[in-house]
Amino acid sequence: MNSIWTIARKELSDSLRNRWLMAISLVFATLALGIAWFGAAASGQVGYASTPATIASLASLGIFLIPLIALLLAYDAIVGEEEGGTLLLLMTYPISRSQLLLGKFLGHGLTLALATLIGFGVAGVAIALLVEDVAIASLATAMFRFVASTILLGWGFIALAYVVSVRVSEKPVAAGLALAIWFFFVLIFDLVLLGTLVASEGKLSAELLPWLLMLNPTDIYRLLNIVAFGDSAQLSGVLSLGSDLPIGAAGLWFGLVLWFALPLAGALLLFRNRRI
Amino acid sequence: MSCFRLENVSYRYDKSPVLKGIDLRLEPGEILGLFGHNGAGKTTSIKLILGLMQPNQGVVSVLGGQAGDPRVTQYIGYLPENVMFYPQLTGREILRHFARLKGASLHQVPELLEQVGLGDAMDARTKTYSKGMRQRLGLAQALLGKPKLLMLDEPTVGLDPVATADLYRLLRELRNEGTGIVLCSHVLPGVEPYIDRAAILTEGSLKAAGDLVALRRQANMPVTLSLDPANSIAALERVIDNSASASGLMIKTDNGRLRVDVQPREKMALLRTVMASGEVADVSIHQPSLEDIYVHFIGPGGLAHRGGSQ
Repeated sequence: MNSIWTIARKELSDSLRNRWLMAISLVFATLALGIAWFGAAASGQVGYASTPATIASLASLGIFLIPLIALLLAYDAIVGEEEGGTLLLLMTYPISRSQLLLGKFLGHGLTLALATLIGFGVAGVAIALLVEDVAIASLATAMFRFVASTILLGWGFIALAYVVSVRVSEKPVAAGLALAIWFFFVLIFDLVLLGTLVASEGKLSAELLPWLLMLNPTDIYRLLNIVAFGDSAQLSGVLSLGSDLPIGAAGLWFGLVLWFALPLAGALLLFRNRRI
Repeated sequence: MSCFRLENVSYRYDKSPVLKGIDLRLEPGEILGLFGHNGAGKTTSIKLILGLMQPNQGVVSVLGGQAGDPRVTQYIGYLPENVMFYPQLTGREILRHFARLKGASLHQVPELLEQVGLGDAMDARTKTYSKGMRQRLGLAQALLGKPKLLMLDEPTVGLDPVATADLYRLLRELRNEGTGIVLCSHVLPGVEPYIDRAAILTEGSLKAAGDLVALRRQANMPVTLSLDPANSIAALERVIDNSASASGLMIKTDNGRLRVDVQPREKMALLRTVMASGEVADVSIHQPSLEDIYVHFIGPGGLAHRGGSQ
């Protein structure tokens, strides 16, 4: 446990040193405040629209940004150490490969969690203080749900980045594959799903289809933040399938947890079998 | 308890053998020189001892335990060839990080940095370090937590002569305190005075292992006698020609001295004859150096290897 914390501590202080933590927090805060104030601009007015609308917009933007940031933060976790020549040295220390990877995960995971908490936390407080007739309680629960699911989504993509990082031996390759992962889950997946829906002309089993959304953590994340308001009208495109999912919020949360636990376990397994 | 013990160890990398039936051990308080051309299996042997890889055959035991066991690696110090560090961190930060990982006291950090001569540079980022400074930091890192087994791969690369002498003095002190030390180097004349035993690897097999005396005996290479004639070279030459042990020896003259190559077992007989004749004013004896022995053991094809490794 001690050596896991030693590794995590170095990652944390690295992200303080290279201003990653600050930069991500700032991006999140700016994004949240911008959406809160100008989110309703399309309907011809400036100002706070409503909590569900703000959260829905944030979640839609979040699925682009959060995976990207998580992948960027973590793609060189192992391959970077190897290229820098420090992996071999680390492995001669009394620390197992699993401890090294878990330490990295703790460090990167905490960095992302802190940035999310600070960035969106500041935005949440600002909305609560500056918007006059906002219902504080519902804003707080929505914000809490949003921040928690954002952290879980980020952890999922950190773990996916590790799967790449322990497998390849060159940093540019890892970066390319990380981008491919982002591209697939954020852009391709929904398109393919939509295409399948249209092409099948309703011949596919109606029970099966909604479950396909569980194969993409970004879809789970959006469902989680939108369905919670009980307003299915906000669900557009393939997400409308989500209203047929028989599992409820708890199931969606569980899905997000699985989406970081499974890739992490996979990365640990792959790393253990890697030749150094 | 041996520092390490390799028993009939073989290792294959993608089916091609890297190590073939190696038997080697190191006792506490001993400096072992590990020599061989690049690709001879030195690094692989070290990685097996560090527990980074498992042998395909044979037994590797380290400090009375299993290679790679955290309770064992805690007592091993290792300096890899071309050691690299996190460029954004300072020497002190890096050493503190490694000290935490090794469970060593943080008080050791400034002491070690002073000891390797990085006292003034410990708060500079390591990206500003020269190769020699990185090497010193690597050495400090290997010495964390009082290792019982120390393995140094090319430790003197990038070090100036003074720093090199300091390093060897330090290694000798550690040896006298009971640390077992493995030294890989291509600078054979440099390490010769400091090693207790040498092991020579070629193509994955151990060609020879033992102290220098034993290796010389095993190599059976001629000893060179340099003789100063008392009266005339011709008279001295005659004495040697007539001696019983004159078979196959070579005589050369330079600067009025006589150089005689003689088989080790015939050396004493020849010396006695020469001394008794009264024709010699001074004698000096040159034993084959570590480099000569190394070249002898890596064989005729070895010179090419040797050229490639320097």
